[in-house]
Amino acid sequence: MPTESAGEYAPVQSRARSFYGRYERKEDLEHQTHFCPGCGHGIVHKMIARAIDDLGVQDRTIMVGPVGCGVFTYYYFDVGNVQAAHGRAPAVATAIKRSRPESIVIGYQGDGDLSAIGAAEILHAANRGENITVVFVNNAIYSMTGGQAAPTTLVGMKSTTTPNGRNAATEGYPLHVCELLSTLQAPAYIERVGLGDNKQIWQAARAIRRALANQVHGLGFSLIEVLSPCPTIWKMTPVEAQRWVRGVMENEFRLGVFCDRTNERAVSADLRPVTPDPALDDLPRILGVARERLPGSEAQAFTPGREIDLEVRIAGFGGQGVLLLGEVLAEAGLDAGLEVSWLPSYGPEMRSGTSNCHVRLSRHAIDSPLVASPVVLVAMNEPSLRKFDRSVRSGGWVIYNGREFPADCARDGLNVLARPFTELADELGEKRAANMVMLGALLEITGVLPQASIDHALARLVKNPRWVELDQRALARGRELYQGSREG
Amino acid sequence: MTEADKPGQKQDRGRLCIDGEECKGCGLCIEACPPRVIAMSEPLNHYGYRTAIYAGAGCTGCGVCFMACPEPGAITVYRLVNAPGPGARSAQVAVEEASACAGS
Amino acid sequence: MRRQLMKGNEAIIKSAILAGCRAFYGYPITPASEIAEAAAEFMPKTGGVYVQAESEVAAVNMLYGAASAGVRAMTASSGPGISLMQEGISYMAGAELPCVIADITRAGPGLGNIGAEQADYHQVVKGGGHGNYRTLVLAPNSVQEMADLTALAFELADRYRNPVFILADGFIGQMMEPVEFPETATPTQLPEWAVAGTAASRGNLISSLELDFDKLEKHILALEAKYRIACHRETRAEEWMTADAEIVLVGYGIVARILKAVTAEARAAGIKVGVLRPITLYPFPVAQFQRLALSAQVFAVVEMSTGQLIEDVKLALNGLRPVQFLSRVGGNVPSHNEVLALVRELARRAPAAPAREEERVANAY
Repeated sequence: MPTESAGEYAPVQSRARSFYGRYERKEDLEHQTHFCPGCGHGIVHKMIARAIDDLGVQDRTIMVGPVGCGVFTYYYFDVGNVQAAHGRAPAVATAIKRSRPESIVIGYQGDGDLSAIGAAEILHAANRGENITVVFVNNAIYSMTGGQAAPTTLVGMKSTTTPNGRNAATEGYPLHVCELLSTLQAPAYIERVGLGDNKQIWQAARAIRRALANQVHGLGFSLIEVLSPCPTIWKMTPVEAQRWVRGVMENEFRLGVFCDRTNERAVSADLRPVTPDPALDDLPRILGVARERLPGSEAQAFTPGREIDLEVRIAGFGGQGVLLLGEVLAEAGLDAGLEVSWLPSYGPEMRSGTSNCHVRLSRHAIDSPLVASPVVLVAMNEPSLRKFDRSVRSGGWVIYNGREFPADCARDGLNVLARPFTELADELGEKRAANMVMLGALLEITGVLPQASIDHALARLVKNPRWVELDQRALARGRELYQGSREG
Repeated sequence: MTEADKPGQKQDRGRLCIDGEECKGCGLCIEACPPRVIAMSEPLNHYGYRTAIYAGAGCTGCGVCFMACPEPGAITVYRLVNAPGPGARSAQVAVEEASACAGS
Repeated sequence: MRRQLMKGNEAIIKSAILAGCRAFYGYPITPASEIAEAAAEFMPKTGGVYVQAESEVAAVNMLYGAASAGVRAMTASSGPGISLMQEGISYMAGAELPCVIADITRAGPGLGNIGAEQADYHQVVKGGGHGNYRTLVLAPNSVQEMADLTALAFELADRYRNPVFILADGFIGQMMEPVEFPETATPTQLPEWAVAGTAASRGNLISSLELDFDKLEKHILALEAKYRIACHRETRAEEWMTADAEIVLVGYGIVARILKAVTAEARAAGIKVGVLRPITLYPFPVAQFQRLALSAQVFAVVEMSTGQLIEDVKLALNGLRPVQFLSRVGGNVPSHNEVLALVRELARRAPAAPAREEERVANAY
């Protein structure tokens, strides 16, 4: 029975709070969207805004807009807005979310943006399981640029770039993004919905809300693909376009949930450890650059006043310890209070083939770290010797890893210490220590560095105590070899 | 005031308000409306669109037209609340009911 | 208290973190990979983010995202990767986002090789992306400068809300020298324009899109005005023995180190030669060139490209003095002796007839 007193009417569906009341960032017509009549974008926008409202995350939300008809998300959404380059929204969203984990980051992309130019970005964001929400609006065409074919264009469908209809033989088949992404292990939730009728629309709204809630709960990557009408480019009335979504698009792009790991994630999300950022004062220590951490060895006062400008070239095969030899020399030089530089040849040589480095030690600031005319050449094999022997300065030294010094390399003013260093190292128990035997000889010949500095350098660079001990014996052996050669 | 608001008559469960300047006349709400109480206007609006108009009675407040409409604020749907008697419900309950109904 | 021996590439990251950088997005490439490796180790330990992106395109767009969120962020790459990043660099300049990008240059074009070269000058200094924008470019020539200029780069990036490049070559990145760092770390700050997912920043927008022609023109002119201010305030160059120099050698990065060594030797032989090293390649130190043009007879540009830096030198000198040219490319470095020979030849001619310009590409004749 009707009652005598009237009830009151309260709004149950109205403009979402997460929309601006007026679109002041638009150039004109600030009271309506830029979308064509019947466009699905507006409907999807409303679902997103409603989900933001319902979850109470308006202040935390950051919308990452695409290039395409959806480019103006910042006209409408009263949230933080970042406009991304074509296809790159997942990369942009990734970084925002990583640096601001409390924010709620929504990537909004069309089918050209996401499935063509941005295919790599969406694939890898999904595969990393970024805790973001992606809303993918698929209307099977490039709309904003005037109706060119997209990866999602149906076979036989005409576009301005498939004027006779998409030919699968030359243009391939429609790309099924949800099916592709659901093969990955990381995504939490992937669903395809449509805007084809009332029932589909309400399901779409629920899916979008769920995808956003997943992020709020820290469950990981969620993507909702929305089959969406484009009446203008499809050349249909809005109602015809809506029916086409339901009657035609849906046959190619099956609706449904393709991946749902939200239950298992709900458990693990709670167990994730939260590590606080370190204190600012701790950073130098963590980076290993705190000054007190370094051994406070004073500059070694050896041979005071003596001019030192040692230019060394060290060359050999990869794996012979060429670079380490140079590094120990430079590190010891620094320890002894000298200016030093160490410059490697780098690249494929690091992994095989030849290797060489330039080392300079000087009492003065080092101008060029490139050693064009070395005072000492350490040649760990014959090819290295032949590559660099001509460059050695007159009066300089060649320390050569070989029993015999090639006669044609000998010249006046060139001092040579040729020994089978690898064999000698082998006698010490490890032929890989040949580099340190040769360094011992170099140190003895040049006499520029105190043993204490070498000890410090080895301690810093060689972590295995067994190797430190071995290297020390190798260095001593090298020193003996040079002393022996003088006596002999 | 519509007929439905007059005291002593049965009130519609819902009511509809369409902003004729925001509406672009796409007609999706007309297609979507279950009780068929939305029509297209004859006169054009300020921007040259024919727009959706509410017939003035028969709205159930289901909200389906709102969801079908691409414009954020072109349609506002109201529901009868706090009416004495068995039909009384809160606005929140009303919208949940509407969602469940249209999506089922 | 003493300095540490460290690779340039490692010094960049340690300095960046001390300067408040909390995000690194990169993609491996020789000879820049150590930067990403150091970031992967240290970013998570220092409250920062490290992600190895799927490409340089993704990396630079992640940089865009991090910068949008108000985080000091950086990436590093080399020629081919920088080419791919140009899209994002243009967007960041357009959206006025700060970031730091290290280009540890290798030899091109195409895959080229991994030897050191300076042929990214054009794509970095002139900008390889679309639109009216510039990037500020710092060119370190030592490991210490890799650290110091990285810290400066973050300051400049924030000050001008613009991408800033560290343009180094493979040598500077790969070599080890003693380096020391600031004893205190710079606190991170949230810029008021950032989109940080907070109530206070909700109204903020990061975008390079402007449909209205007049508004876009105004925006572009505002960017240009910003660059002009940078030209007045941020130009940096090092002069070495230029006070009485008749011959001024010009080079940046590893080349400048060679030029100093040559200058030392030539000075010992009584040749009045000096070195002018641009530290900022953009803004270019035009005033220093014009001042030295009053006293010097001839300038000689030495670079590891077939003639990129020399264009800016000639523009700066505007015909005041002749400019000689020596170049090695393909991974080769101008040798000490090659440069010395050029200096000796110029000294023989000066001051009588240095007026003729010559360009020499070593091994080309």
